[in-house]
Amino acid sequence: MSHFATPMMEVPEMIAEVGGKTLDLCYQCGTCSGTCPWNLVRDFRVRDIITRAQLGLEGYEGEDLWMCATCNACVDRCPQGVEIVDLVRTIRMLIAETGAAPKTLRAVLGSVQSNGNPWSGEPSARMAWAGADPVPAFDGTPEYAYFTCCTQAYDPRNAKVIRAAAKVMDAGCVSYGFVGGGEWCCGDAVRKTGAQSSFQRLADHNINLMNGLGVKKMLVPSPHCLNTFRKEYPELGGKWEVTHLVELLRDLVRSGRLAMKTAVPVKAIYHDPCYLGRNNDIYDAPRDVLRGVPGLQLIEFARTRDEAVCCGGGGGRLWMETPVNERFAVLKLKEAVAKGADTVVTACPYCISMFEDAKTALGLDQMQIADVVEIVAQAL
Amino acid sequence: MEPRIGVFVCHCGTNIAGVVDVNRVVEAAAAWPDVVFSTEYKFMCSDPGQHLLNDAIIRHKLTRVVVAACSPRMHEPTFRKACAMAGLNPYLFEMANIREHCSWVHEDKLAATLKAIDIVRAAVAKARLLEPLQARMVPVTPKVLVVGGGVAGIQAALDIANAGTKVIMVERSQSIGGHMAQLDKTFPTLDCSACILTPKMVQVAQHPNIELMTYSDVENVDGYVGNFTVKIRQRARYVDESTCTSCGVCLEKCPKKVPSEFDEGMATRKAIYRSFPQAVPGRPVIDKESCTYFKNGKCKICEIFCEPKAIRWDDQDRVVEEKVGAIIVATGMGLIDPHGLGQWGYGRFPNVLTGLEFERLNNATGPTGGRITCKDGSEPKSVAILHCVGSRDRNHKEYCSRVCCMYSLKFAHLIKEKTHATVYNFYIDMRCFGKGYEEFYNRLLHEGVKFIRGKAAYVTDQAYGDEETGKLVVSAESTTLGQVLRVPVDMVILASAVAPQNDAEAVARLFGMGRSPDGFFMEKHPKLEPFATATDGVYLAGSCQSPKDIPDTVAHGAAAASTALSMISRGMVEVEAATAEVLKDFCSGCKVCQDVCPYSAISFHDDTHLAEVNASVCKGCGTCVATCPSSAITGHHFNDLQVLAQIDAAFAWE
Repeated sequence: MSHFATPMMEVPEMIAEVGGKTLDLCYQCGTCSGTCPWNLVRDFRVRDIITRAQLGLEGYEGEDLWMCATCNACVDRCPQGVEIVDLVRTIRMLIAETGAAPKTLRAVLGSVQSNGNPWSGEPSARMAWAGADPVPAFDGTPEYAYFTCCTQAYDPRNAKVIRAAAKVMDAGCVSYGFVGGGEWCCGDAVRKTGAQSSFQRLADHNINLMNGLGVKKMLVPSPHCLNTFRKEYPELGGKWEVTHLVELLRDLVRSGRLAMKTAVPVKAIYHDPCYLGRNNDIYDAPRDVLRGVPGLQLIEFARTRDEAVCCGGGGGRLWMETPVNERFAVLKLKEAVAKGADTVVTACPYCISMFEDAKTALGLDQMQIADVVEIVAQAL
Repeated sequence: MEPRIGVFVCHCGTNIAGVVDVNRVVEAAAAWPDVVFSTEYKFMCSDPGQHLLNDAIIRHKLTRVVVAACSPRMHEPTFRKACAMAGLNPYLFEMANIREHCSWVHEDKLAATLKAIDIVRAAVAKARLLEPLQARMVPVTPKVLVVGGGVAGIQAALDIANAGTKVIMVERSQSIGGHMAQLDKTFPTLDCSACILTPKMVQVAQHPNIELMTYSDVENVDGYVGNFTVKIRQRARYVDESTCTSCGVCLEKCPKKVPSEFDEGMATRKAIYRSFPQAVPGRPVIDKESCTYFKNGKCKICEIFCEPKAIRWDDQDRVVEEKVGAIIVATGMGLIDPHGLGQWGYGRFPNVLTGLEFERLNNATGPTGGRITCKDGSEPKSVAILHCVGSRDRNHKEYCSRVCCMYSLKFAHLIKEKTHATVYNFYIDMRCFGKGYEEFYNRLLHEGVKFIRGKAAYVTDQAYGDEETGKLVVSAESTTLGQVLRVPVDMVILASAVAPQNDAEAVARLFGMGRSPDGFFMEKHPKLEPFATATDGVYLAGSCQSPKDIPDTVAHGAAAASTALSMISRGMVEVEAATAEVLKDFCSGCKVCQDVCPYSAISFHDDTHLAEVNASVCKGCGTCVATCPSSAITGHHFNDLQVLAQIDAAFAWE
């Protein structure tokens, strides 16, 4: 190989063709790399990928491409309006076509294809979390259709969050029913890893199912479902009013329909899920709810709200291996400990998983990881 | 007598001819009724082009002329003048825009040619019905209003006054001097800002041709080029100007302290104050909002100590009316609100400063007497200067603020001179384009200032490691190196974006000016007339038009002055003849026209119950013509018959 590189314009043209229209706007200021949380734990320069893609230089399609957790911090800050996360997705899509996606992802995508969820869970077992207790099913009459996230349905830790949610919604007299087992993954992570046709298949299925059930309002516990339903589904025919659980909780508390009387004496630090905060501007609702919990002391990470550091679980990273000392959740958990928090509260199944893993890795048995709705359930 | 129309189609080099088949347009025009002559030429606006027009008018006894070329904005006056030279009334000329409206916006040559033919046919149809009009000459009031007393206004005022023309300068704060008075040193020569500015400020105050009104605002503007009437509100100062000796005893004795605007809130001033020690005028004012006496009726300490007895508690605002021939708007710039720039830590970390705050910190008359210190009084061991904070950023201001690269270099130099600190500049591109600027950059490299090519992404106090503990940490990628850096420093200076003044919208409306998408005042022509506005007789000086450094601001001020002077010294101005006229028999007296007129050119006579257009003020915009429910207003040069004929012709497909 020679020591010089030659631009290959077919690459940027191809990227632009499949949707990466903002590629050429980058003027190489490095704000994206400087903002990216990866550099707190290891070297990763998204600008490098962009520059190489602009010129069609080797390296844009390398292993680093799969690092991005799609946290959107760089997109928020980019002075040129480059849709960096979408570019990463577009390039992944092109690479995925050549079969070069990482191995761990291939298993996940296979499960999505055969089971409709990324967890190799039996489709028939989607409602297994409920056990023997009867739970309301959505038959078209309730106000809200509750769409369980796959991670809640199949991961025992996250399944507890649904049970807490059901308890809280019952206490608040919310008219709701569970979609009931036929639903497939919303497809967010699938889409972000570049598996566009798989995403399309999931979306078509869910849209047919939901429209068939007569869904008007959807209640989602996962910010990833929220973002996908709000931003990707409408143009595919899925036009529902989509509410995240914390938004509903805030309204219930505010209107007095939910009375939190039991003290929950914890020192809680709130972690902003990227897809709830940066992607959908929901920062205050969870904090308002937590502040209404008797006995709870709420503290903040040093970088919070729109500056919050990601848990590391988005964009398919949840299924990829990350060394312990390179995990954002580990970094954040250490900060939480240093600040004297005994509970990390968040509002996303991926964040729950990442923080639970970090807790195990650090051996922090006393640390509690909780969804906002679990705290509310304790406070009833 | 039938009109004899001549049609001239311009190539505009390849601007038009590259897309439109001009010969086909010429041929089409030749076939239309009343068109007795049609031709094409490479550049109709050139000298030979105008000769061609001139000769054809005489040779073919033309009574109407249509030039199909560019927008009338630039060359309508050119061709009107050429018609007049040949003895044709200039209002018998019509322009068809086949460049901006056609060749520049189309690629399909045949379709563009057919569209050009339609446009020209419409112009010919209107030309047929044109009527001769007479432009009127009106005398000019030989006096200029300069709004704003920064260095742009000062330069403009002095140039005009020195030429023997009277000037009224209105400044809203207590003193003239503007932002330049806040600065310590100026790039790239490092001369002392006060040393070069204060003599000019004093000249303004002492000049026999300049009437200085500080602590005053322009409230209303009426009239037109050469003949404006302006209302100026002189706010109550509560200090008698003729009695006060500027001794300053009251400033010492006043017990009420409030944040000083001049010191960017980093120090305090009193309720009775002058903006800074060298303020012009030196006589203080009482800030009624802060004064203890005005608040609870007790105090009057200033009065007790005032030996010349200059305090006037019953002072009132005064509104004066002045007649001026020209207005120079020199209202300057503001800064972007740094509180909206969260990631860089302003407002969260006390040692994150804006550029202007650092200017005051470094200034000998500033809060620390010019010592560069952190908030705890210690000398910083390291300082980061972040370029492009809010500039060149679609989330904030898309434009380059033009001054930050250079003042950042200046800051770096001053920090190096006064402290032992390491100085880091985080930049995207170094823009050192002025005279001596690149050389200054080079000098800074010799002085050991560190340059990191990469925009600072954020500032945090969250430490990862001992070297970061207790520091502010700047995260940025060195894009040359391809590595993300975390740089711990003691102080961060934000080169925050220059922005239009907060009240720019209201000021634009007051003077009948437009604003460009960036929010700054819109110039008449970006290259040839950056100091004029779309309103005749209203000129622009300085950074109210776009971000400017001091040399450019001064040059712009002088340019505005010379343009205003050349108009004033002609003594007379021509007033547009294409104005509106009320047909008295049809006017129902509903006054709708008065409400819609953007130039306040319509008056209403209570005795006759009729509206009347002041032809000198009317710009012929046609708003009243279109609005009048009784069709009682006709727009000369754009009357209903002419416009309808134009529309009919435009859609008369051949």
